[in-house]
Amino acid sequence: MIAALIFYMFAGLAVVSAGLVVTARNPVHSVLFLILCFFNAAGLFLLLGAEFLAMVLVVVYVGAVAVMFLFVVMMLDINFLKLREGVAQYLPIGAVIGIVLLIELAMSYAGWTFAPDVEAMLASPAPSGGEITNTAALGQLIYTKYVYLFQASGVVLLIAMIGAILLTHRSRSGVRKQKIYDQVGVTAKDRIEIRKVSTGGGI
Amino acid sequence: MLSGLLPPELWRLIVIVLQILVIVVPLLVAVAYLTYAERKVIGAIQLRKGPNVVGPLGLLQPLADGAKLFLKETIFPSGSNKVVFVMAPMLTFTLALIAWAVIPFDEGWVLADINVGMLYLFAISSLGVYGIIMSGWASNSKYAFLGGLRSAAQMVSYEVSMGLVIISVLITTGSLNLSDIVMKQKETVWFVIPHLPMFVIFIVSILAETNRAPFDLAESESELVAGYNVEYSAMTFAMFFLGEYANMILMSGMAVVLFLGGWLPIVDMAPFNWIPGVIWFALKVCAVLFVFLWVRATFPRYRYDQLMRLGWKIFLPFSLIWVVLTSGVLVAFGWLPGQG
Repeated sequence: MIAALIFYMFAGLAVVSAGLVVTARNPVHSVLFLILCFFNAAGLFLLLGAEFLAMVLVVVYVGAVAVMFLFVVMMLDINFLKLREGVAQYLPIGAVIGIVLLIELAMSYAGWTFAPDVEAMLASPAPSGGEITNTAALGQLIYTKYVYLFQASGVVLLIAMIGAILLTHRSRSGVRKQKIYDQVGVTAKDRIEIRKVSTGGGI
Repeated sequence: MLSGLLPPELWRLIVIVLQILVIVVPLLVAVAYLTYAERKVIGAIQLRKGPNVVGPLGLLQPLADGAKLFLKETIFPSGSNKVVFVMAPMLTFTLALIAWAVIPFDEGWVLADINVGMLYLFAISSLGVYGIIMSGWASNSKYAFLGGLRSAAQMVSYEVSMGLVIISVLITTGSLNLSDIVMKQKETVWFVIPHLPMFVIFIVSILAETNRAPFDLAESESELVAGYNVEYSAMTFAMFFLGEYANMILMSGMAVVLFLGGWLPIVDMAPFNWIPGVIWFALKVCAVLFVFLWVRATFPRYRYDQLMRLGWKIFLPFSLIWVVLTSGVLVAFGWLPGQG
């Protein structure tokens, strides 16, 4: 009973905050609601017994991705009124995407009524039996069976990162850089020279 | 006897609430006296006396400070976003408290002995940045905003190397459970010995992660007045302060669990193992906290670009190499845990 109550709390809050992400007037509030939504999703993962995924969701999405969103949204000078104007124009496309996603979700939930073979392929969110933690189970799958796909996705991320750097990088001339190794490597000999100065002669 | 009167679920709830109080109340006292210790230690280092007027040896000073902050008026800057403005210090303070749920004080003395304890701690510490960035934005003030942005970049950068440090310890342990990490150190050796360079990186990273000197760029008073909390007063300010110090204690606790053998005595023999584990844990936490204060009194503040260079160009590659090295050694000598 308590588990069901907690499920409805997380699920309800997730839906409400997801709605507020789209409708909030202030973009910073939108990002904050997005964070709340991530948290509720993590809570749902916890209820499923997928504690590793729940924690990774918080670390990656809330701890890193949403921070970057917040950073960008706070720094940009956005005209809120102009943003509002385009809503009616984009609404149909957004609605179509939403409906497609909804149908996909319904298919995956009720898949066995459309295609009875699907039931054999149902994955359990947490390893059954309980003698192995789901961190270990995920690790064994990712690093053995799916190792090439895992590495490939890493390479894709690397390419995206290099691309982003390449796009924004501009080489500037005349920039004075601090060369730490040169500074640390300096000895007294490089800087001070002792000379015998003859009286009245100068150097 | 009493447990028969109530339904079992309610009874369990009451027990959990009591357990939480047993952790939180001493923690708040520790936070209060950490501020006192900080002023005394820095006073001693700078050949001053530190607080010595309120109560014997100034021992009541933290209480006096607390009472003062409690009685002051909370001022909202005009143009501030009030909800976010109030939420930010509450968030900082709450996050500093809830992380303690997974810290083991002694064998079996832990509120939630979960499998992913280390990840939970890492997740909570990565959320700490929100309190600061939200306060900086909601204050609607240049200095606060700059402080918040700086601090956000700083904390995100140092989390990366901190994560890799934690990974090299986790590979050696084969478990994310904090109690398991300590028990592994009982079987083998404190991880500070095989992972000494990682311990040093971890200590420096937690200084940056808690925004302490020499990395206190978020509140560098010489350029940003006081950084993100410049607009805060009274209890909202006090909560930032409490959160910061509770975070210091938490990070020290993390360092103790990961590297200094948690509740284990220095040597497992007669006079040392008579002392209960929780005392050992407290002593080790105090030792790490002393390093925090010592560093603050010793080093000048880093420049911002140097801070970023240290995090990304030195700590990150080094800890990455160390992860590869650790796993290489573990595989080569067949020491890899959790093979069964």
